[in-house]
Amino acid sequence: MSEEKKVTIKKIQATGHMRKIMADYFYEMDRASKEGSPKIAWCTSVGPAELLLSLGFLVYYPENHGAMLGSTRQAMDYIPVANSVGYSPDICSYLTSDIGAFIKKETPLSRAYEGIEGVPKPDVLVYNTNQCRDVQDWFSWYARELDVPALGISTYRNIARITEDNLRSIEKQIKELIPELEKISGNAFDIDKFRHVLGLSYDCTQLWKQVLETNMAKPAPISFFDETIHMGPAVVLRGTETAVEYYKVLLKELEERVANKDGAIEDEKFRIYWEGMPIWGKLRSLAEFFIELKTAVIASTYCNSWIFDSFDPKNPFLSMARAYTEIFIVRDENFKQQYMEDMVRKYDINGVLFHDAKTCPNNSNNRYGMPQRLEEDLNIPTLTINGDLNDLRCYSEEQAKTNIEAFIEQLESK
Amino acid sequence: MTNANRLYAGIDVGASTTKTIILDLNAVVLGYSVTESGADFQGAAEKTFRRSLDKIKGASPNTCVVVSTGYGRRNVPFADTTKTEISCHAKGSFFHFPYAHTLIDIGGQDSKIIKVNESGKRTGFKMNRKCAAGTGAFLEEMANRLRIKIGRLNGLAEAAKNDVEIGSYCTVFSATEILTKIRENVPVEDIVKGIFTSVIKRAMEMDPLDGNIVMSGGVVAHNPYFVKMFTRRIGKDIFIPPLSQLTGAFGAALFALAFEPRGGQNA
Repeated sequence: MSEEKKVTIKKIQATGHMRKIMADYFYEMDRASKEGSPKIAWCTSVGPAELLLSLGFLVYYPENHGAMLGSTRQAMDYIPVANSVGYSPDICSYLTSDIGAFIKKETPLSRAYEGIEGVPKPDVLVYNTNQCRDVQDWFSWYARELDVPALGISTYRNIARITEDNLRSIEKQIKELIPELEKISGNAFDIDKFRHVLGLSYDCTQLWKQVLETNMAKPAPISFFDETIHMGPAVVLRGTETAVEYYKVLLKELEERVANKDGAIEDEKFRIYWEGMPIWGKLRSLAEFFIELKTAVIASTYCNSWIFDSFDPKNPFLSMARAYTEIFIVRDENFKQQYMEDMVRKYDINGVLFHDAKTCPNNSNNRYGMPQRLEEDLNIPTLTINGDLNDLRCYSEEQAKTNIEAFIEQLESK
Repeated sequence: MTNANRLYAGIDVGASTTKTIILDLNAVVLGYSVTESGADFQGAAEKTFRRSLDKIKGASPNTCVVVSTGYGRRNVPFADTTKTEISCHAKGSFFHFPYAHTLIDIGGQDSKIIKVNESGKRTGFKMNRKCAAGTGAFLEEMANRLRIKIGRLNGLAEAAKNDVEIGSYCTVFSATEILTKIRENVPVEDIVKGIFTSVIKRAMEMDPLDGNIVMSGGVVAHNPYFVKMFTRRIGKDIFIPPLSQLTGAFGAALFALAFEPRGGQNA
């Protein structure tokens, strides 16, 4: 019994397609960076990307870069660099790994894409604090370092109901970005272009939603760990035809898997909800471990974060304000609990795993009694594991895996 | 060999110590052994297994169904299967206390709180967070800091006149607090009692301690005064299983019994 079983992660055929469009995206960005045109905007992942695209910017997402640093485990080389210049090990490890990499003049993009030497140079930095305050501090560092303007939207936090006042304020902040962005891009704002981009973003996120919902089937066709990879185009290419086309391909493949009862896990025994950030440096290890346990991790708040039901090209500003304000992370505990209870029922979940990410309090939803409330209300077991999105110093693999294995043994004995 | 001659071994390869226990078909303990795990988990498992077998007349490794558990459970090549220490502790504890209860296990590297229902099913569990505070390793570190042998802690705590506050849940910070107490000439007995109190507090903040309480693990086995202090603090009796340090190994052996059905064929 001492041998660890060898397991194979089932390949998703669309992966090759995704790699190609992601490579095209980064090469286009690199070209623009070297040539100085078109202009490049850095944007937070749930920031006003559609507005930037409509103004002709290429849009680069540092959070995506953070995830690359995590999944390649290069983050561990860079986090200490940022720590040493005053950015605490207790704050967002996307921030610390990204800033550390920049200080060291290194990037995983160089390893992944031949000829790319660095991250693209920004002409403007645009954030939305709907995720956390850290994105503002992150962009502010680059603003100081590169002498580039940082513009932003400040969102309400911990809100139950979204009021008209909330939306009007966000709408106003979005509109106030336009004059400065016009100046930097050299292009005049065009409402029809904006409507068009927003429409494409809507289509992209609706297809992404359908992709995720294929996991309502038993067995579920795609694991959470694969979803976090295939989410890439919804993050960095939403607002483009390319992303829409990609998700049509992925959706078709997954629908075929559902029809053929071809699950991501052979002999799926249990269905788990993953709450919180991925542990990027351990995606493969965890994916294989769950295959061994015949347990499908099939739903998450994280992957759902890029579904924007409210985008409406007929009313672009207000609908964008709503879409970027009504997301899970902005809401209060009662909303979050209701949301998770709905997800547990929708996906017929057997247990909920909370990832308490040391450096990401906003995405660690175990900290205010949620596991206990869910256990009581749904009569469903929960487990909390300690870890982090990028900082593996905060993760004990042995302890996490023992906890997960014991959790599955608990489900087996029910 | 018939099933009546078959033996059932549980091997708990813990971070600090490795424990083996061997049962007969009726779950009667025939032999057991404990050793330091050290850096060779497999060697420690083999050593305790062999020593346990040596205590049983006519026993040989071939007559045993083996289930391994603990941090090093996968380092036991002769085990028939593995189970986590959480499941094993719950099973071992329920054998002795067959009613709903909360088990507190304070091990070398981690502490666990495990809830078991009236049918013996596990309904939830918690393990300590990353730091060693609240575990046996914490006591070892503090004993080392005070330059006293770990075996003296119980007697010293019992002789204390006062309890002192060791507040931090970081082991290094706690060691610093102890340095402060030494500087303030606080008697060592009081400091040791404060260290016990600190471990108790760490356990109490993990989960509500509902219903009947059972405790197991090396700290409990070697420090009866610790249990007395814990009892006083929670205001109710604490039940201790026999061979409490071997509760996980005992549970693993019970899993071995279930792994080989009683009506099974000869080996």
